[in-house]
Amino acid sequence: MNRFGLRIATGAVIVFLYLPIAIIALYAFDASRVQVWPIAVYTTSWFGVAFQNQDMIDAFSLSIRIGLAATTVAIVLGTLAALAIHRFSFFGRSSISFLFVLPIALPGIVTGMALNATINATGIGFNAFTITVGHATFCIVVAYNNVIARLRRSSRSIEEASMDLGASTFQTFRYVTFPAVRTAIVAGGLLAFALSFDEVVVTIFTAGTDQTLPIWIYNTLFRASQRPIVNVVALLVVVVSIVPVYVAQRLTSGGEPDGPS
Amino acid sequence: MTTGATNLSTPGLARRIQAALYRRPRSQLLLLLLPPVGWFGVVYLGSLAVLLVSAFWYLDPVTSAVKHDFTLQNFQLLVSDPVYLKVTLRTVTIAVLVTIIDMIAAFPIAYYMARVASNRVRAALVTAVLLPLWAGYLVKVYAWRVILAQGGPLDWLLRQLGFPDASPGFSDLSMVIVFSYLWLPYMITPIYAGLERIPSSLLEASADLGGRNATTFRRVILPLALPAVAAGSIFTFSLTLGDYITPTLVSNSQFIGNVVFASQGVSNNVPFAAAFALVPTGIMAAYLLLARRLGAFDAL
Repeated sequence: MNRFGLRIATGAVIVFLYLPIAIIALYAFDASRVQVWPIAVYTTSWFGVAFQNQDMIDAFSLSIRIGLAATTVAIVLGTLAALAIHRFSFFGRSSISFLFVLPIALPGIVTGMALNATINATGIGFNAFTITVGHATFCIVVAYNNVIARLRRSSRSIEEASMDLGASTFQTFRYVTFPAVRTAIVAGGLLAFALSFDEVVVTIFTAGTDQTLPIWIYNTLFRASQRPIVNVVALLVVVVSIVPVYVAQRLTSGGEPDGPS
Repeated sequence: MTTGATNLSTPGLARRIQAALYRRPRSQLLLLLLPPVGWFGVVYLGSLAVLLVSAFWYLDPVTSAVKHDFTLQNFQLLVSDPVYLKVTLRTVTIAVLVTIIDMIAAFPIAYYMARVASNRVRAALVTAVLLPLWAGYLVKVYAWRVILAQGGPLDWLLRQLGFPDASPGFSDLSMVIVFSYLWLPYMITPIYAGLERIPSSLLEASADLGGRNATTFRRVILPLALPAVAAGSIFTFSLTLGDYITPTLVSNSQFIGNVVFASQGVSNNVPFAAAFALVPTGIMAAYLLLARRLGAFDAL
């Protein structure tokens, strides 16, 4: 394939990736209750209607709270794991990152059903807590990936210099290691939040009657009368997910954000 | 650094802990590793263990409560009723198709990003490929449901082009399109990274030795990119295998996930759902072993 062909193929893939998102964004402004293409009249009035829907607002606020809680857990655990892996060599070290990626690499139905069977067998009960625990578990890898990538780029010798100059372990972490990885932690946190905010395949298995925003969309999208509102919320989800990812990208300057992989 | 000075003059508890930790790096490692590995072991590996065990339990036919006694009846049902084999074959076939389509679709753009584009274009393309990955899985499937619907954009476009009945509507073909769309960035990213790592000198050497572009591609680039392709395929294959929302939204077919979801939800038969969920687990375990032989884990 020559250069021209490669350019065409590249352009086609980019258009293919963005076209559906663009179309759903257009539909959010469709005045009609019945979705027909092409859109005849555009309006912003569905935004007002959507933001007065109490179920939607509750779901949105639950998603935000779960996202923040899961992200906090994921950041702490992911950072600890990254520090351990970066600094020490021990038996099983190479399998740790493989272990962390399992909840995402294994089919969603397996992770979902495993958590579901456990919640059933232990009688914990399905609620926001079980959703958060599930989210935190598959978000760890995102935080871990970002922090370990930064640690690998930064030099170990500045930590040794700090210790040589008399700083204790905690001081070295506070004044040397932490500032070096701070933006990576924030970037990992933003990505973890975006992942939590979006997730639905596993979440449904851990949710019971609680509705996160994606679950609300899933429960509502089959109801024809609610379609204009669903379109607005769909656009909202795109914006709320993409903005943190874009910021994370800027924070890990020069490099790509380490995706879920 | 005043805190340090204070600590030095009065060796407090914190200082003693630090000193102890410094002398015993193993306990430092343990303190760092225990929380994440402990969480993971309990929540995730524990759950997988419960999944395995619950597959051998059964529902009491009278009370519909889960009986914690050993039985093979879930697996007997899976084997004896041909519908489950059919669902499994459909799921795996579509997962394989999606993986192949994504390999073919990802290679040119990944190659362009890694070896042709300028630094600035490359950085922009990396962002452009990754951003849709985070745009909300459900929203993207929903967008496709809207696009594929009767009277939707695709239907309209095909009508304009003179093919009034060509739209795939909600069908297995639609599922293949939507899955290929959803997981494409997961394939592009590792292939791009893999192609970027190939030293230019190898390609020049191949050309010097008389290899045409096609030969260089087949004998040098492709073998070296294979681990990256295998790494990407883990995601395209696994994510398709474990889905049930896309089949519900854009097709009339059932995936393994749909049966599992309905078994635990509608009929509350968690043991049977757990047993059927072990099928994709086994398939994935085999796939991961194969991918590891191809060097996929080094390219992750």
